[in-house]
Amino acid sequence: MSLEKLLLQQEVDQLYAAYAAALDEKRFDAWPEFFVEDGRYSLQARENHDRGLPLALMDLESRGMMKDRVYGITQTIYHGPYYTRHVVSPAQVLGVEGDVVKAQANYAVFRTKPAGISEVYNVGRYIDEIVRTPEGLKFRLRLCVYDSEMILNSLIYPV
Amino acid sequence: MNAPHTLSRWSQPGSSRIPFWAYTDEQLYQRELEKIFYGPHWCYVGLTVEIPNLGDFKLSHVGERQVVMVRDRVAPKDRDSDHGIRVVENRCAHRGVRFCQNPQGNARSFVCPYHQWTYKLNGDLAGLPFKDGVKDGECVNGGMPDGFDLKDHGLTKLRVAVLHGLVFATFSDAVEPLEDYLGPNVLPWLDRIFKGRQLTLLGYNCQRIPGNWKLMMENIKDPYHPGLLHTWFVTFGLWRADQKSRMVMDEHGRHAVMISRRNEGRQNAAVTEGVTSFKADMALHDDRLLDVVPEAWWKVDDPANPGSDITPTVTMITLFPSLIIQQQVNSLSTRHIVPRGQGEFDFVWTHFGFFDDTPEMTRRRLRQANLFGPAGFVSADDGEVIEFSQAGFAQWGESGKTLCELGGTGTEMTEHMVTETLIRSMYAYWKKVMAV
Repeated sequence: MSLEKLLLQQEVDQLYAAYAAALDEKRFDAWPEFFVEDGRYSLQARENHDRGLPLALMDLESRGMMKDRVYGITQTIYHGPYYTRHVVSPAQVLGVEGDVVKAQANYAVFRTKPAGISEVYNVGRYIDEIVRTPEGLKFRLRLCVYDSEMILNSLIYPV
Repeated sequence: MNAPHTLSRWSQPGSSRIPFWAYTDEQLYQRELEKIFYGPHWCYVGLTVEIPNLGDFKLSHVGERQVVMVRDRVAPKDRDSDHGIRVVENRCAHRGVRFCQNPQGNARSFVCPYHQWTYKLNGDLAGLPFKDGVKDGECVNGGMPDGFDLKDHGLTKLRVAVLHGLVFATFSDAVEPLEDYLGPNVLPWLDRIFKGRQLTLLGYNCQRIPGNWKLMMENIKDPYHPGLLHTWFVTFGLWRADQKSRMVMDEHGRHAVMISRRNEGRQNAAVTEGVTSFKADMALHDDRLLDVVPEAWWKVDDPANPGSDITPTVTMITLFPSLIIQQQVNSLSTRHIVPRGQGEFDFVWTHFGFFDDTPEMTRRRLRQANLFGPAGFVSADDGEVIEFSQAGFAQWGESGKTLCELGGTGTEMTEHMVTETLIRSMYAYWKKVMAV
């Protein structure tokens, strides 16, 4: 592997690790900042994705919409408290097209409620388009396609 | 936990104090399956748009029983009278195997993997290996007994009724025709959304909710909570106690429609004062999330006031026992309740649009879907409070009961939403059916 590829691999893995840490540490205000201004976050059931059905569980088309989601998480959506733990595989860097890095990774997110056992909250695959900005790598698209056929009641925090 | 003898004990006459055992008793739940889901009621199975082509099938549920909804051949002479939609139980007549494992697909026939019993799409048994035995020289070994007739060993076929692309099925021979079952008060509200329209399928969201199935029906028969639990509804005026509203139900009180019209103004102090979920200063960073565009079909002749019209922005339809149909501004979905024991159910959301939608309208419907479903700005909290309701019932036992007396103890229709009448009405019907 060329040095250039190794460096890119390292950068993408660092981006993934920083993203997971922000969510697991509930630094939700930091979450939209991982995206460019008109970036898109989409969390979609595998069934819909595989069959070409457009519906997503969460489909946010700008950093503004992501901020609105954060307000929902922290201020308006009533839910029992819990915390999450992301386990993300090393990135599979698929290629670079112009200024866009295409990459994907597997993820498992566990949920733990107070006095509860840890449960599998959501399992799937990140499918990403990443661009280089003056502030570092940011997502232009993060599509999370989840295998989990049933959401465990509700899904409040993004994965 | 609850001995059967307690099941006939309601602490009050009427149906405004629902005993906790209605949600927690396992034997009672088994009787609900028999008397309600497998009894004389029509249960939602799916949409015809999910199986557009001949041989297309999809798995669904009636109660806990898995069924296959499939589009069968129709003889040309029957095209006017036969919609071609069949619903058969996913259980082989031979040894009881759930023969179909793919959630959806296309088939020419159904073959059980165990012994290759083969069924036509309508559930008739077409053939089976070694029916006439296996020849060994002069003699024939084995085979089915004399008198074995393929006709007696088909799959369980449900009665099927299709209304404007909605597919219902029942195990019962006794239930009245679907349109009578739904009744003249409810039908106009189904016509408003579906009649004469071709649907497009946008996709599914599925959630497993740890609560009794009736709690979901109650939730959508309860106009009291949306303007309180759901910040988005009260703050953006999507659902608020001062709105022009109407509670409609069928003659039995089992089905209902909550009809309301969105407020144009932001605030009415009388209904937001002291409501902690109201956020006067809340504004969206990206208001495309609430980019509501009125649609021509919203306005209809008012079924209750001939000669005038009515333009609701929201209709929430509950069809007993297992279907909810939602129009909330531009978002449209069916929600199917699949019970899994007395303390859990699966909730399957099928979002749809119309064939003649512009790409912009399709995107708008998809965008507004962020409000609804298991992660929705609004409905995620419904699943959460249902879980906490069930937990509360379970910790008290047989003498506990809920109180549903907003607007009194009666079961009448109303022209406002400050009432729990629809919940009382459903339980009045449920009490009768369950004989408790």
